[in-house]
Amino acid sequence: MTVQTTRRGFLAGGLAAGAALVVGFTPKGALAAGHGGAEINPFVKVDADGTLTVVLKHFEMGQGTTTGLTTLVAEEMDADWDAVAIEFAPADDSKYANLFFGGQGTGGSTAIANSFMQYRQAGAAARAVLVAAAAKQWGVAESDITLEKGMLKSGDKTGHYGEFAAAAAEMTPPAEPVLKDASAFNLIGDARLPRKDSAAKTDGTATFAIDVRLPDMVYAVLLRSPKFGGKLTSFDASAAADIQGFVDARAIANGAGVAVYGTSTWAAISARDAITAEWDFSAAETRSTPDIEAEHIALLDTPTYEARPGATLADSTAALEGAAQVVEADFLLPHLAHAPMEPLNCTIEATENGVRVHDGCQFPTLTRPFVAGTLGLDPSQVEIVTVYAGGSFGRRANTVSDYHVEAALVFDALGRERPVKLVWTREDDLAGGFYRPMAAHRAKIGIDGDGNITGWDHRVAAQPIFKGTPFEAVIVHDGVDHGSVEGIADTPYNIPAFSVGLSDWTSPMPVLWWRSVGHSHTAFVKESLIDMAATAAGRDPIEFRLSLLGDDTNADHKRLRGVLELVAEKSGWGGDLPEGRGRGVAVHKSFNTYVAEVIEVSTNDGAVKIEKVTCAVDCGVAVNPDVIKAQMEGGVGYALGHVMRNQITMTDGVVDQANFPDYEPLRIYDIGSIDVHLVPSTEAPTGVGEPGVPPAGPALANAIAAATGTRVTKLPMWENGIEFA
Amino acid sequence: MTIELSINGKTRSVEAAPGTPLLWVIRDELNLTGTKFGCGVASCGACTVHMDGTPVRSCQTYIEDVEGAEITTIEAIEGKAAAAVQAAWRELDVVQCGYCQSGQIMQAVGLLTETPKPTDEDIDGYMAGNACRCATYQRIRAAIHVAAEKMEA
Ligand code: FES
Ligand code: FES
Repeated sequence: MTVQTTRRGFLAGGLAAGAALVVGFTPKGALAAGHGGAEINPFVKVDADGTLTVVLKHFEMGQGTTTGLTTLVAEEMDADWDAVAIEFAPADDSKYANLFFGGQGTGGSTAIANSFMQYRQAGAAARAVLVAAAAKQWGVAESDITLEKGMLKSGDKTGHYGEFAAAAAEMTPPAEPVLKDASAFNLIGDARLPRKDSAAKTDGTATFAIDVRLPDMVYAVLLRSPKFGGKLTSFDASAAADIQGFVDARAIANGAGVAVYGTSTWAAISARDAITAEWDFSAAETRSTPDIEAEHIALLDTPTYEARPGATLADSTAALEGAAQVVEADFLLPHLAHAPMEPLNCTIEATENGVRVHDGCQFPTLTRPFVAGTLGLDPSQVEIVTVYAGGSFGRRANTVSDYHVEAALVFDALGRERPVKLVWTREDDLAGGFYRPMAAHRAKIGIDGDGNITGWDHRVAAQPIFKGTPFEAVIVHDGVDHGSVEGIADTPYNIPAFSVGLSDWTSPMPVLWWRSVGHSHTAFVKESLIDMAATAAGRDPIEFRLSLLGDDTNADHKRLRGVLELVAEKSGWGGDLPEGRGRGVAVHKSFNTYVAEVIEVSTNDGAVKIEKVTCAVDCGVAVNPDVIKAQMEGGVGYALGHVMRNQITMTDGVVDQANFPDYEPLRIYDIGSIDVHLVPSTEAPTGVGEPGVPPAGPALANAIAAATGTRVTKLPMWENGIEFA
Repeated sequence: MTIELSINGKTRSVEAAPGTPLLWVIRDELNLTGTKFGCGVASCGACTVHMDGTPVRSCQTYIEDVEGAEITTIEAIEGKAAAAVQAAWRELDVVQCGYCQSGQIMQAVGLLTETPKPTDEDIDGYMAGNACRCATYQRIRAAIHVAAEKMEA
């Protein structure tokens, strides 16, 4: 995906009018009534009292968009940061599309990248009409008006935005608003600009979807098939009759389960425990993880597709024949759940004209038609109210809008009159599918007498993420699901005779993108193998990598070298270490961002402790440096927790992990420190939500290999021989 | 059964079946939604409230066991430690998605009330049961140190 910084089209969809329901937040981020201010353009509103409200087309799952998008508008308008209010946009592809996707949605680490020019232009256009209105009212030239902290000034005249908003809203904004020069930025690049959502998230007032409460609302949980693809044949709810607060239990229309309704979440959960159901498993997944693993490994013997342009299996096989030595290994990475902290949930209520969906909505462009289709409505009859999302990591952006469709079915089964909130428990979440696919890899790397790679035969087997989804046409080519091989088939490393073969594993169990998608497994394998090759060649892991990135005409090479060199310097790479310690490095490009990480571990009686993580990132212009650091810290932690000890396994098709004790999250004591450094850049900004993830796992594996001599090729680590302190 | 709950300085009468977790009474009956549901099995800490000033997991605290106790939730937390913790959390921008943070803050206030000048080890031990899927741990640790300094000042 290329970064577009086109100046055209910040109003891509025009200025369609219409009464939009918006959820507004005060400058401190708490829930407030919708603003009645003048809409200067779809992204900028100004109240009569001068309050500037930035309308956010991307939702907030913790990645910082409430801060990032707001920064872009506030910068161009020279706003008073602390006084700027925010609100989430309604569902409207015509105004609020992700410019990289064409529909409204957040994902692929694109929020800032696709909005950078658009939100600045929106701010600059609003500034232009406000200045024009003030010039007219004051009878001065526009060039005599300056802006500072939300105040317009000319001579002894001053006024806030609100005094000119009504007149400005009637004016035609310039087609090409003048943007600030980077040298004039006050907010973009400010390392200590406070987050917009900090206050509300530290006093309990931030509203998440699970906090939505409507008059006459019923709470619901769904009794689902214990095996993926099972169909309900019958159920018995008689034992639930005695549960206080139990309302009803009804089969949902698609046969996927029984909706259990209560006057509280607890009543619904307790009633569900008392209900028994029978299922038809004839089309269900009934295999167990050891068999599934063996099937993946077997698929590596004969890859179905060639996935790397430029070299075939025949080429790499030939190149390997003359090699002085061959490094070879199989890798196996497990199914993983996203387990966002806020369990999935969705509330639906009837409106005069259709329904209103309350959700931390990641992909309105899909949720709208999927909910409409489920209820026999037109998408225009589905309103979406977006609120804060308690994490996602990919789970809330679902190719089939699974939990919204469920909520619609549960709302439908009760008669479509009362508002219904469907809540998933943590057990529902971990057993609910849409996992990061299991991935098996096999590699043979030839090394010559000088310690250089001569050829690389790489193979991947995984369940495809995009095949059969609305994204297939864009991401699947010649049978190759790019989501299975991204990060390895397109690695910028300069490696001769490098082939990548791919085979698909299939199952009725749904899989999904998981923070960094294919990179979550390809980077682990690639960067582990590079270290194994460096060791075999007797070369330093960073020097070895730099030697594969030596092309000065290649922008990827330059930027990967930049983060490698910075991380080497900041981590003290090459310096002496106490007995029992080891360092590991990994570098990876994903979502057009370049990240290198060095991890230092200690060992004590065989138990490994992660002492220090050093991270260097190049994501172009750093709009909010502290948010970028936070995303790197979070990405590193998310990756390491899973690599250390998480997996989803099945026995006869039933998921073995019930709740967090079986899917133990990263804890505060697991990582000593994380130190993040930004490469200064004037390139267009790229994403940061995902790119911190891919290098962390292999950097840890490489550090463990350096400290102990043990090479991890099967995850999670602690199920496969590594003990953590 | 009917229970008299003393919560955030007020007495509230609630109807709930014995065995109902305090969490769901707080959220669904009293509409105090700052306290969060994360796991229901005492392994994430998102539901942490104070019972007579001590952090407890409200998902594993049953309604019949809280009669007579003083319950405080994130909405009404106050005092020197609470003010310091909330200020430090904002100063360091600890939050990401924010969903775990009510629980983190309630737990951190408990720590600083018991141990006003905690070491990294004290923090790691006391905060071990509060999961953050966004992995904001490094900032949580730093913010607790900042809060401790604020309390001294
Ligand atoms: S919800 Fe109580 S500890 Fe997780
Ligand atoms: S901030 Fe998201 S779970 Fe902690």
